[in-house]
Amino acid sequence: MVEVLKNGLYDSIQDLGRFDVQEYGVPFSGAMDLHSAKVANLILDNALSSAVLEITIHGPKLLFHCDTEIALSGADLCPMINSKRVRMNSRIQILKNDVLSFGNRNYGCRAYVAVKGGFQTEFIMNSCSMYYPITMSSQLKKGDLISISEQHSAIEKPFALMKMTKSHFEVTSIEVTKGIEYSNLSEREEEMLFSTEFTVSNDSNRMAYQVKESINNTMESIITSLVLPGTVQLTPSGKLLFLMRDCQTTGGYPRILQVSESSINQLSQKIFGDKFRLKCID
Amino acid sequence: MTDYKLTYHHYSERSILVQWPQKIDENILDDVLIFKNHIINSEIKSILQVNNAYNSILIIYVYTIDNINDEFLVLKSLYSTRVRLINSTCKLWKIPVCYDDAFGIDLDEISKAKQLSKSEIIKLHSEVIYTVFFIGFLPGFLYLGGLDKRLFFPRKESPRLEVKKGSVAIGNEQTGIYPNFSPAGWNIIGNSPLDFFNAKVNDPCFAQAGDKIQFIPIDINTYYNIKEDIQSEMFSIENKVIDG
Repeated sequence: MVEVLKNGLYDSIQDLGRFDVQEYGVPFSGAMDLHSAKVANLILDNALSSAVLEITIHGPKLLFHCDTEIALSGADLCPMINSKRVRMNSRIQILKNDVLSFGNRNYGCRAYVAVKGGFQTEFIMNSCSMYYPITMSSQLKKGDLISISEQHSAIEKPFALMKMTKSHFEVTSIEVTKGIEYSNLSEREEEMLFSTEFTVSNDSNRMAYQVKESINNTMESIITSLVLPGTVQLTPSGKLLFLMRDCQTTGGYPRILQVSESSINQLSQKIFGDKFRLKCID
Repeated sequence: MTDYKLTYHHYSERSILVQWPQKIDENILDDVLIFKNHIINSEIKSILQVNNAYNSILIIYVYTIDNINDEFLVLKSLYSTRVRLINSTCKLWKIPVCYDDAFGIDLDEISKAKQLSKSEIIKLHSEVIYTVFFIGFLPGFLYLGGLDKRLFFPRKESPRLEVKKGSVAIGNEQTGIYPNFSPAGWNIIGNSPLDFFNAKVNDPCFAQAGDKIQFIPIDINTYYNIKEDIQSEMFSIENKVIDG
């Protein structure tokens, strides 16, 4: 068991998400930065679909009730075991009663904690990803106990250490392709899209990222149609909505762009105030 | 079968969107569902899922699409060979709705603005048979077509932060049921005691795209009786099979 002694800003269990239930209106969910979540699992030789803990900007405080191994990837939120700094992207041995906590953020927005064998929370519609009302709640809270399987063996092999490139967290260009309603944009709107430097606003979350800047909008709403994580919608007031993993399955705003899969991961490591530009790769 | 002029779009690295003419139309829905089922029944291994909305289907592939034109060709050839399934039937679901003032918190406003009595509104809302176009927005939220023009009513300027589970509502030219408590911009006219979504069963939603819905007005006592029966698993939703 792992006990949540103190919750962070937004802690949730995530895996690769739900792929075949969108016909019921169920979101995809899954780790916001799938790349980093997979890295954390790879380090532990876990299946890539193992459930990890996603934490956001301010991490939680966790108490381990048994021995295990963990790996941390994604944002560097200054992870510590028993108040002593531990490395990112490496195997870390955990003993019963160890406490994992976090300090000040060094880079990125979302960190992933993988445990050997994965977190074992309620598995519904082929996924552990937390999303209410599919699961009982959308995030962990103080006092929650999460099942993990006990691992006694000390690490015998040399520590696996993945070298991660910082560029994943520092990129300032988000790759997009043209969306379904792109051709309805005026020349001026098109020009603004690719010349504006966008600033992540603080109402960004697992459903959508928003930016402070807006662009002109002369387009009308569309008949409700299908959307995906990475779809960029343009609202009537000219706001851009970058849909993320917990987005609705359908929407009525024009879909002007689609963010590439690798750029969805990179965007989800941006925090409010971070700046980026859009780059069309069509 | 009418052949519509479809457009094929590379939507994302792993998906294709096929679009029909931009209007809400039951004949288009019929064609959308025939094509959707034809793709599903073709059991193409590279296809992960196919989902539809009013006039589009989204085909999601297991891997990144290598050659988009090849995939377009496969889909176009499937469209030209599509067939209506024999025995294709749909169901008519009877949905109890209590239009009591306790639930229908916007009935007064609509009644005044539309110069219709509450009982006229209830009659107009419940005597129509609606078509389920698809499920979206929230888990279990049915997009219904068929609302009587006389009940068209604009969305609220500022949405309510929360409405009750089961709220039956009107927004512009649409009507629907909120399957869970949720923020809501539509006008609430009643409440249904039924569960519209259950993640833990094989069919999380009892209705599917192409099915029909009819609202059956009930009084508040019946409402609570049905709620109790659902709790003790004594209630089954009345439905009948009709020709597709």
